[in-house]
Amino acid sequence: MDSYDVVIIGAGVVGCLTARFLSRYQLRILVIEKESDVGAGTSSANSALIHAGYDPVPGTLKAAMNVRGNSMWDDLAGELDFDFERCGDYVAAIGDEEFQKLFVLKKQGEQNGVPGLKILSPDEIRKRIPNINQDVSGALYAPTAGICDTFAVTIAAAENAQANGVVFKFNTCFESFLMENHQIFGIRTDQGDICCKWVINAAGLYADEVMHMAGSHPEFQIHPRRGEYCVFDPACFQLDTVLFPVPSEKGKGVLFFKTTHGNTIVGPTSEFIDSKDDKAVSIQGLQYLEEQMKKLIPAADLRWTIASFAGLRASGNAVCKNRDVDYTGDFIVEADDSIKGLIHCAGIESPGLTASPAIAERVLQLLRDSGLVMIEKPVWNPFRKRRPCFRRLTNEERNQLIAKDPRYGRIVCRCEMVTEGEIVAEIHAPIAARTYDSIKRRTWCGTGRCQGGFDLIRVVDILARELNLSLEKINKKGVGSEFIVSETKNQGSGK
Amino acid sequence: MIPIHDYDLIVVGSGPAGLAAAVSAKKNGVDSVLIIDRDVEPGGILLQCVHSGFGLETFGEDLPGPSYAQRYIQDAELLHIDFLMDTMVLDVTKDFSVTVSNEKFGIQIFLAKAIVLAMGCRERSRAQIHLSGTRPAGVFTAGTAQRWVNVEGLMPGKNFVILGSGDIGMIMARRLTLEGAHVNRVVEIMPYLNGLSRNYVQCLQDYDIPLFLNHTINNIYGKKRVEAVEIVRVDQNRKVQPETAEIIPCDTVLLSVGLIPENELTRKIGVAMDPITGGAMTDNCFETSSPGIFVAGNVVHVYDLVDYVTHDGTIAGEQAARFIQGHRKIHQKRIPVIAEDSLRYVVPQKICPETLQEAEIQLFMRVSFPMEYPVQIRAYSDQGDIFRKTLPYVRPGEMVSIQIPKTAHDLIQASDAIRLQILRKE
Repeated sequence: MDSYDVVIIGAGVVGCLTARFLSRYQLRILVIEKESDVGAGTSSANSALIHAGYDPVPGTLKAAMNVRGNSMWDDLAGELDFDFERCGDYVAAIGDEEFQKLFVLKKQGEQNGVPGLKILSPDEIRKRIPNINQDVSGALYAPTAGICDTFAVTIAAAENAQANGVVFKFNTCFESFLMENHQIFGIRTDQGDICCKWVINAAGLYADEVMHMAGSHPEFQIHPRRGEYCVFDPACFQLDTVLFPVPSEKGKGVLFFKTTHGNTIVGPTSEFIDSKDDKAVSIQGLQYLEEQMKKLIPAADLRWTIASFAGLRASGNAVCKNRDVDYTGDFIVEADDSIKGLIHCAGIESPGLTASPAIAERVLQLLRDSGLVMIEKPVWNPFRKRRPCFRRLTNEERNQLIAKDPRYGRIVCRCEMVTEGEIVAEIHAPIAARTYDSIKRRTWCGTGRCQGGFDLIRVVDILARELNLSLEKINKKGVGSEFIVSETKNQGSGK
Repeated sequence: MIPIHDYDLIVVGSGPAGLAAAVSAKKNGVDSVLIIDRDVEPGGILLQCVHSGFGLETFGEDLPGPSYAQRYIQDAELLHIDFLMDTMVLDVTKDFSVTVSNEKFGIQIFLAKAIVLAMGCRERSRAQIHLSGTRPAGVFTAGTAQRWVNVEGLMPGKNFVILGSGDIGMIMARRLTLEGAHVNRVVEIMPYLNGLSRNYVQCLQDYDIPLFLNHTINNIYGKKRVEAVEIVRVDQNRKVQPETAEIIPCDTVLLSVGLIPENELTRKIGVAMDPITGGAMTDNCFETSSPGIFVAGNVVHVYDLVDYVTHDGTIAGEQAARFIQGHRKIHQKRIPVIAEDSLRYVVPQKICPETLQEAEIQLFMRVSFPMEYPVQIRAYSDQGDIFRKTLPYVRPGEMVSIQIPKTAHDLIQASDAIRLQILRKE
């Protein structure tokens, strides 16, 4: 039986960052993931925002993790070399009633410890965002908010963890705990048993089920909340910032945000659903987005859409541990109170991405407090370098790259200018991309106007060639999502 | 240093439009012509169109796509036109510099004296039509399936539902049936066919593949691979009628929901664009608002027959030759051509009256909705009626073409604009 000190369930952003932070210590660490890639669950589809922290109710764990997390992103982005931009964000109020709410929000932010919050006049916000609803009555500006490449963060964390000795097992699904006298000695997975003393539950949407397998918190439940988004063609519309409406009891509302790839996205909707893997988009969702987005930017038009997608938030029903605060839906980041060796990260919905490094930091503290001996490695490399990205290079730099590897000269995705060299590099990367969607998330291939119309066939060919697999085996997002069912009648010998 | 090469004419795209333009430029005396294409073989989309129906107008023969392309590739080779294949054009400028990238030599710059843009068109994608449901494998554009089946010899599914009655969708319905797959039906949200009537007869009717007009896919089901679709009827406002929902099991959805001229490079140059066609505004010589930048084929507007593409590509090449040789007057008068009422657009959007002395001018237009009764296309201006043409019917899926006769030269010369309207013939 494989044996580790710590097993992390789930290779989302929380699991991967925890693994990366833990990799500093002399521990044998394993991350198991039921999907074929990192960041495939709730980490795969969110707003990619690093929230300032004026939203969470003061005194909650969410508030603390948000503000602490926010402050960690500059160092993280520097060490792990992913796109992060502290571009600031705005909450725009329409009408007097909403304007008054900005002050409530500002006060809340200040209580949470958010620096630099400022209320802007209607003239000022109109100057900064000229196409904003002209009835805008003012805006809250948070200079510490930012955007990041959410896929890159998870991948970079996983790669860095792996470089520092963490083992990743994909297509491996947690089944149950192996326990004796309320003490964990291993876990059972669909790929066999694994021996370990410590387990970190970072199972995202399924964190409640993992918790229940240990017999803890039967009352805790994750109710998936779906959010649909539309990605706009940058040629039609670009907003160089992040723009929120005034939040309501339903949440932060439908916002516009720029991405590190240069698109503007509108979303998300907010709809509780029953299934934990139903990422369908809907006409109702679109209609809702259309209605909501026009409140902020009346000229916005869904005909600008080049892609739409949906993500699921892992919304939990945990009551805030702070007895002075009346709030349900807080994060759970705690050591299990009855099982030794088990740490839970559960109910990690927004601002989960922002909070993720702070959550990882807290998990380390919880492990230490529970008695795990953590000795720093004599050598630990906190740095990970990104691989070359053709579209960001000058022509001279491109030619230097092509001289070394000619495949960087062949463009496979015209809209986003992704080369064969970049795709091949990802297929052979430490955390390898083995599916079309994995390539897409890493290189941005197929995300442009034609949505894979040109590149899909070529990427499938490249995957088959590089992985030495038949074309029928190449899939979109893991086994069962293959593109090709067979050869044609006259194609006896194949290509 | 980035190497620089010189040519007289550079043609971007080796499909039928680019080939025709290059061949005609060379025949009209241009010394050096280079065709650049991102694919490995010249011929463009024709290479995956193994069905027949090409060349009836041009050659009086019924050819498959690759054979049609081959005739022009042969001509191009005989005329010593250079090909630079497997190469992406990154940038084209107003002063005719073309930046390319490929595996062989990386980024290079080519300089020319004129450019013909012939990048063709691309297919509309799922998100552009806001198709609801999950996002599993098995939702492809018809053209993607066509390339897999006809070029790579691969089947992307067994059980198909085709959304949209575009030509490629109908042609693929037949092709897939011949390959042993089951095509459950073709659904079209509009009350009329989107492609050519002949394709409906030859590809759907002849193979008993049902076409459902006023129907659409309301939902796609399946997590990893498509498992089923929900088909619904829509009313005359294209509003879904939920009580008509029907679940059809299938593993693949093909989209044949329209084509969009591929004009990223054109836009970067900064030439005037037509928001309706999605292509550059052009005159009857296929010159854009930027002198010496010509356009040809589906990059201008989506044609329904390759023969017309070739015809217009030939004009573009000939005029590019005249430009290079200094015979084209840059500041000659151009008269706007305006489509009115139920005519959705007209190409070209401008005409040079002088050229009418040499040849008739062909105008292509599309109507907004089918008119299954005799109609008259009327061209007129402030000078009065220019001419009329009667047609037995007009349909959005079938391009309308009219020719302005040489005799109209004086009238057009004196007009401020040519207006086109469509009238019901009493």
